[in-house]
Amino acid sequence: MVKGLKELLSLRKWFLLLFTFVIVQFLVQINVINDYLQATIATICINIILAVSLNLITGFTGQFSLGHAGFMSIGAYTCAIILLRVPSTGGFLAGLLSGAVLAALVGFLVGLPTLRLRGDYLAIATLGMSEIIRIIFLNLEITNGAAGLSGIPRFTNWFYLFVFMAGTILLISNFLRSSHGRACISVREDEIAAEAMGINATRYKVTAFTIGAFCAGIAGALYAGYFYFLKPSTFGFLKSIDILVIVVLGGMGSLSGSVLAAILLALISTFLQDFPDLRMVLYSLMLIIIMIFRPQGLMGSKELSLKMLTGLGRNLLPSRKGGE
Amino acid sequence: MAILNINKLTKSFGGLTAVSNVTMELREGELVGLIGPNGAGKTTVFNLLSGLYVPSSGEILLNTGGKTIAVQGKNPHVICKSGIGRTFQNIRLFRDLTVMDNVRIAMHHNVKYGLLSGFLHLPSYRREEGRLKEESMELLELMDLGDKAGELAKNLPYGEQRHLEIARALATKPDLLLLDEPAAGMNPAETTQLTKLIQWIRERFRLTILLIEHDMSLVMRICERIYVLDHGMLIAEGTPEEIRANKRVIEAYLGEDVTDA
Ligand SMILES: Nc1ncnc2c1ncn2[C@@H]1O[C@H](COP(=O)(O)OP(=O)(O)OP(=O)(O)O)[C@@H](O)[C@H]1O
Ligand SMILES: [Mg+2]
Repeated sequence: MVKGLKELLSLRKWFLLLFTFVIVQFLVQINVINDYLQATIATICINIILAVSLNLITGFTGQFSLGHAGFMSIGAYTCAIILLRVPSTGGFLAGLLSGAVLAALVGFLVGLPTLRLRGDYLAIATLGMSEIIRIIFLNLEITNGAAGLSGIPRFTNWFYLFVFMAGTILLISNFLRSSHGRACISVREDEIAAEAMGINATRYKVTAFTIGAFCAGIAGALYAGYFYFLKPSTFGFLKSIDILVIVVLGGMGSLSGSVLAAILLALISTFLQDFPDLRMVLYSLMLIIIMIFRPQGLMGSKELSLKMLTGLGRNLLPSRKGGE
Repeated sequence: MAILNINKLTKSFGGLTAVSNVTMELREGELVGLIGPNGAGKTTVFNLLSGLYVPSSGEILLNTGGKTIAVQGKNPHVICKSGIGRTFQNIRLFRDLTVMDNVRIAMHHNVKYGLLSGFLHLPSYRREEGRLKEESMELLELMDLGDKAGELAKNLPYGEQRHLEIARALATKPDLLLLDEPAAGMNPAETTQLTKLIQWIRERFRLTILLIEHDMSLVMRICERIYVLDHGMLIAEGTPEEIRANKRVIEAYLGEDVTDA
């Protein structure tokens, strides 16, 4: 009985996913969603992938990283370089995959020595790493230095954005509900106790870091395949901060929080386009206000669930209270 | 047969020698006490045995499953997997996780599915997670925590947090269990119950136990042998009767009455 219900709920999840996909696809098809809105949607999807994967590293495993933009840039440049030479769907997918693998490889190699550091030290080390990556791209011939790469053919569409975004969320949430995910979370809770209970803390920190870098590489590749143009300054320190803001705002340790925050921030900044002078001031002000009233982020460390929504509904409809 | 040999173990922190030239031996199945005044170096011995500290000199040999391994210099998680489990004097539970998660995490090193299965929830995931749930529930019920499985560890009353510390250590499937002041902060009734529990888990899980405890009546009642530390040095070893009568021990405790137990 309970099992049947569970299966039904997970069916509903798949149905919701399919539904979202089809609706947006349809609206794009009939041109209700214009180019500008499409770019916003692309940004949201890419930011969700970035935030969810950074949340795995920072929110769930407790490793403060400021290097996510670096991993993203590896994915972006790799995919762009391949796409410029092989402008086809095959080229795009090969670029995306190799970008993600390369980012994961760098994540692994950087993580191994730096994840011994704690807190502020780790933040500075990851920041340094991402700056080094940026400077490498700035000086390489194949990336065309500061001028960057342009004329990258567009292959990223709603289908790929959706598949990779949903895939990232599903796989990472599955991972977190596995024993390996619990091992990561125990490292955040108390590294010494975790070690004493048989958890190889370094291994799980590096694992989270590598998975996170892989996903950031995918996000970068999607970015390259959408926006035609790449330059190193896009992936600076501020980009890493932007991603961290989404994670903190949504709630450290809440995947649905990251998703909500990515959507909310994109909507806010779209809305603020109408006030170009005050844009950054209003944006910052809103962040400050939200953090004052919800210091734990929108979701804290809780996840949005159907149960929560129905619970909310019940509270809003007092007449049904007696009906339990 | 000795399950643990500690030879000339020394640990210094800068100028302070917290553990000095300590030699001990634990035989399989024994329940041994480790006592001494505050700051004697007892917890430091545990931290050396579980790999949280690296000894300044000396060796620690663990004999389990027909193998002898050198503990010193190994990482804590490796030592835990080799069969030494422990609790912490200042409770170190995973406070924001559920009681069941605390126990399941300690079972992680015996889990038989890989990362891929973790991502995709393949059949091996379902099978192993089912086993984990069952085994952790069983353990929690043995420790009187069965109805608390879904609660956050930090919301448990103090005594139950101490029980959970023990349950979590047991979940690592140790051969040798190190208990650091498990009765600290408990009232007499709770202490009596804990005494019984310790004796019972020793039988049930065929454990060797090394116990640090300030409650002398508890120590004298259940330990077969006792080691006494003072200022990092071993000053006595023997049965509870011998320790009770030992002049150096009485001096070390300086007025604390070890004879009334
Ligand atoms: N990490 C450390 N750095 C410096 N000094 C330490 C460290 N750990 C322990 N000590 C010192 O070593 C000595 C022994 O401490 P330890 O915690 O082992 O005592 P204990 O016998 O467990 O005492 P208690 O009964 O109060 O728990 C103390 O003087 C303590 O200050
Ligand atoms: Mg102590």
